[in-house]
Amino acid sequence: MFKEVSLGQYYQADSVIHRLDPRVKLVGTLLYMISLFVFNNIFCYAVAALLLASVMMLCKVPVGYMFKGLRAVLFIMLFTVVFNVFFTTGDILFEFGIIHISKEGIKMAVLMLVRLTLLIVSASIMTLTTTPNRLTDGLEKLFRPLKLFKAPVHEVALMMSIALRFIPILSEETDKIVKAQTARGAKFDSKKLIERVKSLIPLIVPLFVSAFRRASDLALAMEARGYHGGEGRTKLYPLKYEGRDFVSYIILALYVAVIVFLGIMSARIVAFLTPENSYLTLFF
Amino acid sequence: MPIIADGLTYVYGSKTKAKTTAVDNVTFKINDGQFIGLIGHTGSGKSTLLMLLSGLIKPTSGTVYIDGEDIFAKDFDLHSIHGKVGIVFQYPENQLFEETVFKDVCFGPKNMGLDKKETELCAYEALKLVGLEDEVFYQSPFDLSGGQKRRVAIAGILSMKPKILVLDEPTAGLDPAGRKEILDLVKNLCREKGMTVILVSHSMDDVAEYVDRILVMNDGRLEIDAVPKEAFKHKEELEGFGLALPQVTQAMIKIKEIGIPVRTDAITVEEAANEIMRVLY
Repeated sequence: MFKEVSLGQYYQADSVIHRLDPRVKLVGTLLYMISLFVFNNIFCYAVAALLLASVMMLCKVPVGYMFKGLRAVLFIMLFTVVFNVFFTTGDILFEFGIIHISKEGIKMAVLMLVRLTLLIVSASIMTLTTTPNRLTDGLEKLFRPLKLFKAPVHEVALMMSIALRFIPILSEETDKIVKAQTARGAKFDSKKLIERVKSLIPLIVPLFVSAFRRASDLALAMEARGYHGGEGRTKLYPLKYEGRDFVSYIILALYVAVIVFLGIMSARIVAFLTPENSYLTLFF
Repeated sequence: MPIIADGLTYVYGSKTKAKTTAVDNVTFKINDGQFIGLIGHTGSGKSTLLMLLSGLIKPTSGTVYIDGEDIFAKDFDLHSIHGKVGIVFQYPENQLFEETVFKDVCFGPKNMGLDKKETELCAYEALKLVGLEDEVFYQSPFDLSGGQKRRVAIAGILSMKPKILVLDEPTAGLDPAGRKEILDLVKNLCREKGMTVILVSHSMDDVAEYVDRILVMNDGRLEIDAVPKEAFKHKEELEGFGLALPQVTQAMIKIKEIGIPVRTDAITVEEAANEIMRVLY
């Protein structure tokens, strides 16, 4: 029931990564993702993987959780691999009928696989180590400059946190209504599609009614306690950078510098490492 | 249709680390036409017990026999139980969804597979039984007052003609007049229609006056199973469970403490008044 519903996919633990300011994690994840896409060579990926591996070791989240996100994109990954292997033209390694497998194809497929894995795992780590509320706080602070352009940053952030706060409440409510309607003989497991959709009406109508009632109650309660928008509003737990956050920013800056350097220099490094016709060329 | 609970146990989150045993090895038998008060503090497992009795959740171990049949047996059709055991949840008005009161009350019997005529007859009888006037039948249930909504919701269950009626805090959130109306209605269903009624409450005052037998739950276990007068003798035990005696009984105990030799087993105002009269004259 209610107790079994976990909010978002936050994993409770006490680690450096958990304690980091959400802004660091947001900026870090964004930069990391960009870095995965800008350069496309094995050195950059090696450095990226190294950084991710060290974060994984620090964050005290079971490895299984971090790779859970991969299951959702398994199909996309397979698809990319198949497409890259079969439809990239280049030096043919293997040929059978209309099927050509080229060196470039395999290289592209492997790189895409690594890129997607790093991408998903890094995003997972961010959501696993940051509570949804801290994430919203972080986003609000990061997007604050947009206020100059009259963007409703505070309002959007508030809406996000209210929405997150209501997920467990609504799921509990759904559970109750399902039980109540089942007791009145409703069947939610019909095989026919139309009947199944129809059977949802006794669930959805009360759910909406209660959601609207709760929304108006909440609005009243907020106004009664003097809420008047984001102007001059302070936080109970204000976000404040600490030593570890600055260290993280420095590490991030170093990472970006190394990636950019490797990206630019990769051609020369390859040339240096691989004399003509070496089998190593397969990798680059 | 006697109900027998046999070693009922229900554990929440049995697969996770945070296990809670909501119902712990509960056994009892309820005979036809009895009016039972099920009492316990918040979190004592009474709501879970109700859901088990009405077949909405499956027990971790133990089972329930209704009419001699094991309702959790593999070959038993759990849907058929809904016509026999009617359950009214807390704030039942939250489950209303149809355009009109009448249509909403028809939902139950229609699901049981009755034809249109029978369905409407059942709905009409149920609405009359809860004392609603004809003019509200075609109003939207969302336009009614709180007390009326609750009656519509109860009618929605009664229209399925259950032999056993289970109510989870049916008076929560109602004013004193509304409470009395609902409790009188329930009493009437038991005494005149011969339904077996299980009324869940955490208020002793609510049940003291009406029920034949009290079941007290604490921490998932059935601690006391007795007629009201007997049950209220366990004053210390009840207080340990976070439950208070009916106010009348408490008052009688106070009177005795100041030296007037009254008996302290009165549970209704009337009994208390008679007892005081007896002692004084």
